[in-house]
Amino acid sequence: MIENDLIAELKEAVIQGIPEKAVAAAERVVELQMDPVEAFESGLKPGISEVGEGFASGKLYLPDLVLSAETMKAAAKVLEAEISRTGTKRSEVGKVVLGTVQGDLHDIGKTIVATLLSSHGFDVIDLGVNISPDQYIEAVRREKPDVIGMSSLLTVTAKELGIVISKLKEQDLREDVKVIVGGGAVTSSYAEEIEADGYGQNAELGVRMTKFLLSVEG
Amino acid sequence: METILKSDNKEATVSFDAPFTIIGEKINPTGRKKLAAALKTGDYDYVRNLATKQVEAGADILDVNVGVPGIDEVAVLPEVAKLVSELVEVPLCLDSANHKAIAAALAVLPGRPLVNSVNGEEKSLEAVLPVVKEYGVAVIGLTMDDEGIPNDAETRIAIADKILERAGKLGIPADDVIIDPLVLTVGADSNAGAVTLQTIRLLKEQFGVNINLGASNVSFGLPDRHTINQAFLSLAMGIGATCAITDPIKLTSTIRATDLLMGRDNFGARYINYWRATQPMEDA
Repeated sequence: MIENDLIAELKEAVIQGIPEKAVAAAERVVELQMDPVEAFESGLKPGISEVGEGFASGKLYLPDLVLSAETMKAAAKVLEAEISRTGTKRSEVGKVVLGTVQGDLHDIGKTIVATLLSSHGFDVIDLGVNISPDQYIEAVRREKPDVIGMSSLLTVTAKELGIVISKLKEQDLREDVKVIVGGGAVTSSYAEEIEADGYGQNAELGVRMTKFLLSVEG
Repeated sequence: METILKSDNKEATVSFDAPFTIIGEKINPTGRKKLAAALKTGDYDYVRNLATKQVEAGADILDVNVGVPGIDEVAVLPEVAKLVSELVEVPLCLDSANHKAIAAALAVLPGRPLVNSVNGEEKSLEAVLPVVKEYGVAVIGLTMDDEGIPNDAETRIAIADKILERAGKLGIPADDVIIDPLVLTVGADSNAGAVTLQTIRLLKEQFGVNINLGASNVSFGLPDRHTINQAFLSLAMGIGATCAITDPIKLTSTIRATDLLMGRDNFGARYINYWRATQPMEDA
């Protein structure tokens, strides 16, 4: 049946990392007036999820993950346009705002976490690198996330994590979000010291911690 | 162009015409839990061991970084740098984002250490260069600024130009500025290596300065990282890099081989000696 074939093709395209194939399948989904949410949930998501697991277990490597994430993004763009046009909504397990702290330009670790989180169904807002405390606060107000994740790779920027947490308290926002910290400069004892809710020693553990904090199964 | 670093009784010269200079990277707690714990508890035997091992493995200079969250670098960097300088003969590279910690360490160290680092950000230029000038030492300049690490070689060259110019204005000669073109992983962007190599080529052509390489980032996220690190190091050396902050235990043999292939090792003496020194001892 063509609908199932197309969904299988979306999944396949993400796993193989072939954006053209994924976009073509997504366009076909729209053309046939299939449910775009279904295509997203049963096609793209299981695809990126499989790649995420492969990466976490060491079977796949960073270029595999990057390419599959780009493939998913390309197809998601087509589907999302259709989703917003038809006014349907896709279900999400939680919303996460991510960023690397002020003074720190390390991008990759945080981006891997973003990719893995979206592969687990989270709605991820990636703020980027060199994010000031005020930018985090603003993002919390604007996006109302369940979790904010902060990364610090330079020991000199680790204190920024504590500063953001204090600011959240000052602004009466601390109770509204869970805070997860990670990155090369952060240790679990430091995370405790600054009263973060969770610590992820690596990307996979960060994702598990996020799921644990939000009581998401699996 | 020559950058001369000194301990109290040993010199290291960084130059394209001399053998490649190895700056041992291992006294840096970022991503090294045991060292971070040792620094926090003041267990300096662990640091001493890292210092001796790296010099035995061929390090010409040792990088010293004590950045652990919660540690007062202004107090600890001078203490650890002093201790390392009393143990090994090679010059040191003082590695901190805190210019006060660097100044404090320069005040107690003999010789002429290397400062790691300044970058194109206004804040960094204003904080670090006067310290470099005051102590008459040399500095590593990273080609990044407030905007981050540029994706292209041309913008990185422009930042290098800015750092050299600002140093020159303070009376720090280009000989004493080692430019680091920065390396991103080819795991995330397969052009990242080519951009860095292109930057090295342009730096050598336009400024003739010494060029440092952080040699192990390039392979992040890929299998068999060592092969990539080795290949990248050789390519970078061939095109103009003159020193690297790297792991001497893993990479000295590649560096010795590349020096020999570049005509910087008469009769292969350094290559052969290193090979001999690293063979398992024969039974007496």
